[in-house]
Parts: sequence; C-alpha cells; structure tokens
Amino acid sequence: MSMQTFKEWFFTTDHKRIGIMYLIGSMTAFVVAGMMALLIRLEQSQLGPTITDNPNEYNQWLYFHGAAMVLAFLIPGLTGFFANYFLPLMIGAQDVAFPRINAFSIWLFYGAIILALLSFVIPDPPDIMWTGYPPYSITTMGNTAYYVFTLHLLGFSSVLGAVNFLVTVIYMRAPGIGWNQLNIFTWTTVAAFVLQLVFIPVLASAVTMLLFDKYLGTNFFNPEAGGDVLLYQNLFWFYSHPAVYVIFLPAVGILFEIFTTMCKNRVFNYKACVYGGVWGIVGISGFVWVHHLYVSGMPDWLRIGQMVTTLLISVPVGLMVMSMWGTLYKAAITFNTGMLYAISCLFLVLSGGLTGIPLALTAITVHLSETSFVHAHFHFIMAMFSAFAMFGGIYYWFPKMFGRYADGKWATTGFILNIVGVHVTFIPLFIIGAQGMPRRYWDYQMFPQFEPYHQVATLGAFMVAAGMSVTILNWIVCAFKGKVAPENPWKSCSLEWTHAPNCPQAGNFPNPPTVTADWSPYGYADREANLKATTDPGFPGAAKPAE
Amino acid sequence: MRTFLGKAAALSGVFAVGPAFAQDEGYERDPAAGWDHLWHEIIVDITVIGVIFSLAAIYMVWKYRAKNENEVGKGPKLTPAAALAWALIPASIFMADDFFLSAKGWTLWNDYRRIPDEAKEIRVTAYQWYWEFDYGDEIVSEELVVPKGQPIVLRMTSEDVLHSLYIPEFRVKEDVMPGRVTYVWFNPKETGEYVHTCTEYCGTAHAEMYTTVRVLEQDEYDEWFNQIKEEANANSLPNNTQS
Repeated sequence: MSMQTFKEWFFTTDHKRIGIMYLIGSMTAFVVAGMMALLIRLEQSQLGPTITDNPNEYNQWLYFHGAAMVLAFLIPGLTGFFANYFLPLMIGAQDVAFPRINAFSIWLFYGAIILALLSFVIPDPPDIMWTGYPPYSITTMGNTAYYVFTLHLLGFSSVLGAVNFLVTVIYMRAPGIGWNQLNIFTWTTVAAFVLQLVFIPVLASAVTMLLFDKYLGTNFFNPEAGGDVLLYQNLFWFYSHPAVYVIFLPAVGILFEIFTTMCKNRVFNYKACVYGGVWGIVGISGFVWVHHLYVSGMPDWLRIGQMVTTLLISVPVGLMVMSMWGTLYKAAITFNTGMLYAISCLFLVLSGGLTGIPLALTAITVHLSETSFVHAHFHFIMAMFSAFAMFGGIYYWFPKMFGRYADGKWATTGFILNIVGVHVTFIPLFIIGAQGMPRRYWDYQMFPQFEPYHQVATLGAFMVAAGMSVTILNWIVCAFKGKVAPENPWKSCSLEWTHAPNCPQAGNFPNPPTVTADWSPYGYADREANLKATTDPGFPGAAKPAE
Repeated sequence: MRTFLGKAAALSGVFAVGPAFAQDEGYERDPAAGWDHLWHEIIVDITVIGVIFSLAAIYMVWKYRAKNENEVGKGPKLTPAAALAWALIPASIFMADDFFLSAKGWTLWNDYRRIPDEAKEIRVTAYQWYWEFDYGDEIVSEELVVPKGQPIVLRMTSEDVLHSLYIPEFRVKEDVMPGRVTYVWFNPKETGEYVHTCTEYCGTAHAEMYTTVRVLEQDEYDEWFNQIKEEANANSLPNNTQS
C-alpha cells in the first residue's frame, strides 16, 4: 500500500471507507477472540490441565474472548460497519451528518482495538471476565485499568456514532422519504443508537468508579467503608442488557433486508414490526436487567417484577418474528449465500430465544444461572444468530461494496461447516448446563461425567474454526478476484441498490434521488411503478428484472 | 388472505394450549421437586412453540420458491384493521403464555424463599478459595454435613470477593458477597454425597472451590457431630494454653 493510499484511508471522512475500516477492525477482533475460544475449548476437552496448568492464563482467555466478541466485534460490526456503509445509502443521503466526527469515531475504535491487543504483552493482563465484577476486579493483580480504558474509548466512539446517525436519519433522508418508508434496517439501527446514547453513560460511570476504587482508594463498592458490591452489577447490566438489543436489533434489520429482496416481497405488517417490535424492545429494554442478577442477592420482590418484564420481551420479539415469517408467505424465494445464512437465522432465533424463556423465570434460573446452559443460550443469540446475520449481510451486500460476488462453492462450504459446527459445539453445553456444569471453569474435577460432552463441543469449535477460515479467506480473495457482479444483482427495490452504483464513489449517488409517497424500499409488487415514484429512474436494469 | 389468517389462528391456538400438556401435580414444599416439575412444563411449552415455527419456516421456504426469474412475491397488503389484529392477537397470545409462566414461576419462587419454621440454620462463610460451615457453638467444618429429612437454611456471607453457593442436586444457588448476608434453604431427602461448588467467578482457583455435601441418617449425623465437637475442643485447649 502506497503512502498515498494509506493517507486516503486513514484521513477519510467517507462513510463507506469508514465502514470498511470498521469491518476490518471488528473482524480482527473476531479472529483473535475466536482463537481464544479455541484455547478455551481445548483446555476443557480433558479433565485436569490440558494445554495450560495455570488457571490465570485460562481466565485471561475468557476475559479477552468475552470482552472482544461483544464490545469489539458484534457492536462495532453491526453499528459501525453495517450502519456506516449502508444506512446513508438506504436513506438516499450523500454522507452522514458529521463526517469528521465519524472519522474521529473510527480512530477511537482503532485506539481501543490496539489497547485491547496490547493486553497480550503486558505483565498482568486483565482477568476479570467481560463483566468486571468487584470486589474481585479491585483486589486482583490483573490490570483492570486496561479494561476500563478500552471501554471508555469504545464508549466514546459509540456515543459519537449514535449522535451522528440519529441526526443523519432525522435530517438527511432523501426528499420525500417518510418515516413509514424507511428500511427496517434503518429503523433497527436508529433504535440501537438510541439505546447506545441512553445507556452507555451508565456503563462508563460504573467502570470509572471501578477505576477510582482500585487505583485512587475510593469506596464505591467496598462494604467495609459503606459501599455496596451489588451497585456495580446493577449499573453494569443496566447498560449491558440493552447492549444485547444493540446487537440483536441491527441483526434483525439485516435479515429483513435479505428476506425482502430474496423473497421479492413486502414486509408483513411493517408497522407492527417497527412500532410494536423494534420500539417495543427499546421501551422494555431498561426494565429487565435484574434477570442477570436473579441469584445475586437482590430483593425478592424485584426478582419477581423483572421476571414478568423479562417474559414480556417475548411480545415485541414475537411481533418481529411474525413479520419475518409473514414475509416468507406467498414469496418468490431465490437463494444465495446471504439467504442461506438468513434462513439459518430463523432457526437460531428460535433455539436462542426460546431457551431464554426458562432463564426468564427467577426460580428456574436458581439452578441454571452461571451454568453452561446460560452460556449456550446467549451464544445461540449473540454468537450464532447475530453473527450469522452479519455474515449473511456481508455476502448479500458484497457486490455493492466490491462490485464482485463472494458466492460460490467456498462460501457454501464455509456456511455448512459453520452451521453444523455451532450446533455440535453448543447442544452438548445445553445438556450438561441443565445438569449443573458451571461456566468459567478451568477444570471440572467434580463433574468427570461431563468430559465426553466437552470433547464433542471442542470438536464443534474446530469445525467452526475451519468454516470461518474458509469464509474469511473467501471474502478476501473475492474482494479482489471474485466474479464481477452487475448493478443490483439481487434485483432489490431498496435505494442502495437501485440508485447507487456498485462501489459507490464519494457522494454516493450520480443523481441524488427524490421519492414520492408511493415509493417503498419493498415495492416489489409493482416494481416499475415503484421506480417511477423516484425522480431518477435508477440504473439500467434496475427498472425491471433482467430480461 | 383469509386462509392465511385462518391457518395462523389455528396454529397460534395450538401453542397457547401447549403448556396445558403438562399436568399440575401437587408437591410438598420442596423447591427441588417443584423445579423439576416446572422445568419439564417449560420444556414442553418451548418445544411446542419451536416446532410450530420451525415447521412453518421450512414449509414456506420450500413452498414459495420462485418459479421463474421474474416472479415477485404476493404477500398480503394488510388493511389497517387486519394489521392491528395481526399485532394484537399474537401479542395477546404471547402475553397469555407469559403470565401463565409468571404465575407458575412466582409460586415456585415463594417456595424457594419461604424458610420452613423447623429449618436448621448453618452459617456459611466463603473465602478465596474454600468454604467454612459454622454449625454454632464454634463447631466448624470445611464440608457440609446435614441430617436426612431436616430442612436446612444456609446463611451466607463472604470474607473477600463474590462467590456463589451451588448445590445442583438440590437445585439451589445464591451469590455470597461481602457486607451482606444471603440465604438458601433445601430439604435433603436422600442420604448420599452431592457436589457443592462455587458459581461466581472468584479468581485463580474458582474451579477448585468445591466440596461435598454429605446427607447422613440422623444417628450417623449425631455421631459425626459429636466427633467433630470433640476434635474442636481438643484443638482449642492447647491453643489457649499456648497463648
């Protein structure tokens, strides 16, 4: 890479290049944190010491795996990459509202990635899990400050991104696009950023208190001096439960984009999906955090109240599921690799979501909490549903980003290894979790009967590793050498396909579009009328399906 | 459109009834048995929902494949009334299931938290990385020994970081923390040895912070208790003279 190219990328304010840099950064975090997962699985594959006889090392892998996957892969991947690249294109905007702040966000993100990676070379890496509960995070020899500063950087980056994108969607929609004509992905991203804006300050203050307690001698969480250890857990989960929706919602949005295009269908009950589903989740998200604290020693009445609110999450999620299933009804389905990932997500959201129901019940969680049942449950939602939606989205928008297809036999091979591998990994963990296998254990001498299950899980993890290696290599190769794709290869009705060329230049649209009230990003029923509802007819070939 | 509504209404009816497959059986105030009972009920509930939605997805993905390249979907454009119905009816069904499960869960939760009057109290202190069980009168052990058939309440606190007391066989778990006292109770019905382990991450030896819970017949328990009492007395005398 010449110096010129480096400068062009480093100092860019173009939302698409910033998006690609988010993709590279978050995939880097994914690869490193994925290697940690393999180490964890290897260590668990046999009773007794397997690849390390030092539990501290194992605890540091766990810390890095959890913190990096959630905070440096899923959140920046979904709200950084996807929102940056596609949201302005979908709403017909030429860039985001504050391009320089956007550039600052990505610098902060890379700062956080570098800081997180440096934790491998310092003498006492953090070993406090991604949750960082005191008093352990205060008394440990591990470097809690690394954890806190990484979170600060990521938090600043996200809050700046949130303000930027909310202003962009409110003020920079192409003339004529009303609220009910937005893509579902736009809605879910707006909702995710609202959550980030409201809840990140709470996490930031919680970890700052942790920093003060450990290094400056304050006593926020020290009961001997009038502090309270439960305070941190309340603050942490007050952010970190909504953070699950910061991941879940954009993932759902991506799936809707793939399904509508590949089904050539409108969204079933759009308004129920947006106002009941997406905003229902936003509304309820701040009232359910105690389900992470069911056995933490909270007041009994609070554990009951939030059991009811937690179960009620099924209502907005159910509405989105109804819309997603409804979109398949009377569809005209065609398949590509993105669609394969999207279809697999239909089943992953069921297994991940429905296993959340026993965990919503306080009394049932008494037995299940902190076991590998919980661990398998949230991996189904976060590691599988959300990550698979991301991978599906990358395949689906690959021609848009690189002007080339990434589909083909390698893509399918990667998909099959991934989908089989994740089930081989996590189904055994559901089984032994329900029988009492605790999480975060370097060893399990008290449960020798679970060893075969751990071995199957380890086998599955290596299948996923093979699948992801194929997938990522395939992306890299296809970005440069893949089969050249025509404009709008999936024949979508959404603006990013009909009005912006593949590999859009700065400014995005040759002719910035304007639409009328009859236009819809899902107007497949009468595609020509839908295109006539825009001022610019779009690309040749976009107007109607290729002959 | 109408057939779609009809089919879907029939399907949603089925899974609303799903939970009723599992029947109510009374259980004596025993949270462990109550847990197993409710667990099976929920497994039935979520399996029914999961199977219905999975089959619907498989059927539609198969049935609605595009016949030719230019085919477009014919998904219904809902009237405002139909849209509202398609939001309110599923929402009501989900809520009905939620409240049904909430009521069940609340009942069991009350059993978990209401300590029987006859319960015997043992105080638990957690340290990095071992447990201490205090039976009163300065009788202390590092494993938990209880008589069969006697409800036990553990009052727990920690001397350092967070821990969590977990006895899978009795389906009980509660965090143990410095500065507060938490409790669990259980009713050991069978003699035997059970695993008891720590389930809140507490550092290096977190995974080694486990002991055994021994449930003994009353006379065996008395024997054990007298023995440990004698040991405690024997140990404390020389210590006192030394100091």
